[in-house]
Amino acid sequence: MEFEAVIGLEVHAQLSTQSKIFCACSAAFGAPPNENTCPVCTGMPGVLPVLNRKAVEFTIRTALATSCAVQSKSVFARKNYFYPDLPKAYQISQYELPLALAGHIDIEADGGTKRIGITRIHMEEDAGKLVHEGEFAGAQASLADLNRCSVPLMEIVSEPDMRTPEEGGAYLRRLRDILVYLEVCDGNMEEGSFRCDANVSVRPKGQKEFGTKAELKNMNSFRNVEKALEYEIRRQVEQIEDGGTVAQETRLWDAAANVTIPMRGKEEAHDYRYFPDPDLLPLIVDDAWIDALRKTIPELPAEKVARLASTCGISRYDAELLSSSRALADFFEASVKIYGGNPKVSANECIHWKDAVAAGKISPETIAHAVEDRETGKISATASKTLVELVIRTGKPLRQLREEKGLSQVSDAGALEETVAKVIAANPKEAESYRNGKAGLLSFFVGQVMKETKGKANPKIVQEVLKKKLG
Amino acid sequence: MHEWTLQEAARKVRDKEISSRELTRALLDRIERINPKINAYVTVLHDKAMAEATARDETQAKGEALGVLHGVPLGLKDIFCTRGIRTTCGSRILSYFLPPYDAAVAEKVAASGAVLLGKHNMDEFAMGSSTETSHFGPTRNPWATGRIPGGSSGGTAAAVAAGLCYAGVGTDTGGSIRQPASLCGVVGVKPTYGRVSRYGMIAFASSLDQGGPVTRTVPDAAMMLGVIAGHDRRDSTSVDLPVPDYPAAAERPVKGMKVGLPREYFEVEGLDPAVRGAMEKALDALVVQGAQAVEISLPHTSFAVATYYIIAPAEASSNLARYDGVRYGYRAKVAGGLIEMMSRTRAEGFGAEVKRRIMIGTYALSAGYYEAYYGKAQKVRTLIRRDFDAAFAKVDAILTPTSPTPAFRLGEKTGDPLTMYLSDIFTIPCNLAGIPGISVPCGMSAEGLPIGAQLLAGHFREETLFTAAAAIERALPHPPVAPLEGA
Repeated sequence: MEFEAVIGLEVHAQLSTQSKIFCACSAAFGAPPNENTCPVCTGMPGVLPVLNRKAVEFTIRTALATSCAVQSKSVFARKNYFYPDLPKAYQISQYELPLALAGHIDIEADGGTKRIGITRIHMEEDAGKLVHEGEFAGAQASLADLNRCSVPLMEIVSEPDMRTPEEGGAYLRRLRDILVYLEVCDGNMEEGSFRCDANVSVRPKGQKEFGTKAELKNMNSFRNVEKALEYEIRRQVEQIEDGGTVAQETRLWDAAANVTIPMRGKEEAHDYRYFPDPDLLPLIVDDAWIDALRKTIPELPAEKVARLASTCGISRYDAELLSSSRALADFFEASVKIYGGNPKVSANECIHWKDAVAAGKISPETIAHAVEDRETGKISATASKTLVELVIRTGKPLRQLREEKGLSQVSDAGALEETVAKVIAANPKEAESYRNGKAGLLSFFVGQVMKETKGKANPKIVQEVLKKKLG
Repeated sequence: MHEWTLQEAARKVRDKEISSRELTRALLDRIERINPKINAYVTVLHDKAMAEATARDETQAKGEALGVLHGVPLGLKDIFCTRGIRTTCGSRILSYFLPPYDAAVAEKVAASGAVLLGKHNMDEFAMGSSTETSHFGPTRNPWATGRIPGGSSGGTAAAVAAGLCYAGVGTDTGGSIRQPASLCGVVGVKPTYGRVSRYGMIAFASSLDQGGPVTRTVPDAAMMLGVIAGHDRRDSTSVDLPVPDYPAAAERPVKGMKVGLPREYFEVEGLDPAVRGAMEKALDALVVQGAQAVEISLPHTSFAVATYYIIAPAEASSNLARYDGVRYGYRAKVAGGLIEMMSRTRAEGFGAEVKRRIMIGTYALSAGYYEAYYGKAQKVRTLIRRDFDAAFAKVDAILTPTSPTPAFRLGEKTGDPLTMYLSDIFTIPCNLAGIPGISVPCGMSAEGLPIGAQLLAGHFREETLFTAAAAIERALPHPPVAPLEGA
């Protein structure tokens, strides 16, 4: 029997706001333990949450960029459970009435595009972190670091529309690119600002009903998500083929062993006793607010790839490489605006120097001037590379460095004639042989002229002048 | 001098007839003598209060601008967090809790120039109608020390009635200001939900809790509400409306006011004849001064107590979950792991009534029961609110008893929670509707126990309450301070 997998993904994305979702504490990563805390985020008696407007705006922008319907009224609820990293013993989240519903994003699959539905996007607060005995020197008990408490998150829940681990990976990468383009999340999976849980089940191909699903957790890279899905799909199929059934349970991905292991079963599932948080009013979003935020949505990765490929004369492959970062694509466009020339060359240069671009070490002028000077023969390919490296090191403009270092090449035939005549006069025997048909000697003469000009001559022009003089 | 009203005390300090130090010293001495008889204070700030009074006198000597309560000694229910001052909420679990912040109410009281004498006893986490559930022992009624003062703000009402402060601030979730005010013969106001910031006020049932004044006169209550009311960005449910001149409202005539008498409130079984008689006098007092009595109906009244005992415990079960021994407060000494530590902490830290309500609330929110209990209760709550909306389309205020009986004896109802819950039958609907209410003394029982009348008005119509309550107070004068034996 042939099986197919049904995959839905839940992404928790940390919003890159300055402050936390319900208090004014910094949401920054990496502060000393419990430094970014206050009575509100540590759940002291009598304190109250106040919603961060920026966090709402970041979530609305994400909803708009994924074609979701932003809800005019959404409600924060309390998810109740006891754990030492959760100071109030409830997490404020959105439950029955989330901020956004029914969107989608398109991914590349099997050479075409496939639409993956988004069920909902809601806002919630993060919990703190526990450090256990022995995890670092001197830790003699379990310790709680509440810096992360109330850091704003949005949860993006997909429809069960994916059928392969590759589709899952493509969806996650596309979603991450969108969030990074919107500048609402830094997309860093290793630091936990972009986390993914997966719901996966299998069913005989052609069957309409879903099989029993398992929820997978603890996958901290795109590759791990794909590997965990592959493993889990194979495990479930084998289970069924061996005459067994799939249990509804939560499983953890063990990246070292490359397996998923059971964490808890359906019976052990919590009853979170959700109810609307009486400390927060319903969140009301009017059309004017949505319209104002819609104007802040930049061109998104899919649109950018399509536009660059169709209007800039570069390949789709190059367009995708450039669009992997909004800053790089913008850099490329700024660069070809300064010097058009052959955009393929500019694209290659931007991709080659992308780390320097990201670090802000070179400007669009650097690449535009490098490409222009090369195409007009003012510098050699070698000199171009040397000059960009010098720009990175010194921060001086490329053309100033070209003059300072004397890296311009001589392309003026008239200026080269004297040197060529000198070289021919100094090598009469070779000139004779060349004239007698030993055409291979031309490169000997080019080499001599280059040596004489200390590499500054344009080899193409040198050849032309030599041919004329020897001919 | 402990019999002065809040307004008198404030004027005398302002006019330098007496210094804040003298006034504070006198009240601290009186607390020392009287408090052991009634246990109204759980914390008395002997040195801190005198230091504060000294600072107030110095400010005045320099000719600086003075707040409306400059130099006047007050107390706060021990539910309001006070920076560096133990805040227990009447519970063992917070018996050593020193908040690193002030409640908004504490800030406002301090900003008005008042001097904080101490923190008032209360039912544990404000759960009770008699102040008998306090971890620090019961408070006694200053009018009859064998009787309860009402609750949960029983410490505040008893302290005000006994002349142990010029005013106090309590909290009211289902009657916790008005019922003890009624039973102790003082004035208590439950403002409109959102009128007074809840920031730093330890939560019992967030959608019902509201802080409000307890004083000996209506103009004092108006003055005090003017101090603590106002918008606070730290409380998302606080409403951004200007604070009116409440004391001016207490001066206005009641002539022409339409006062509704809800049929359902007077048909309640167990309504004490003395209470009924006092209510008639209160109504007469209003009518004589030109108000018009109108019979009205609040048809969903009989569902209010049941609705309240779903919503309040549900919210409480979540609000009180943070007391787990991990970060602050009481922690049980156990050898076992995390779960045992949390369970033992809560088992030892909470009293029986708090546990009972946590269990009721946890059950009401459980999967499979949520719609039948919490969902249904919210719907009934809407119906109760509509009852009041319809009533206030016809009348300006509603007059009812505050409590079906005068103060009962200590221990009389502790074994029977349901009977205890019914003592809030007249006060609960007001919290469910979010409207303001006031209790004003309107008579005495044959045994000499105070009886209060409750007035209710539409959202943010506290001025109407002060006008009507002041009219009752003028017609039915009340002894300023309970005549405690040996005081």
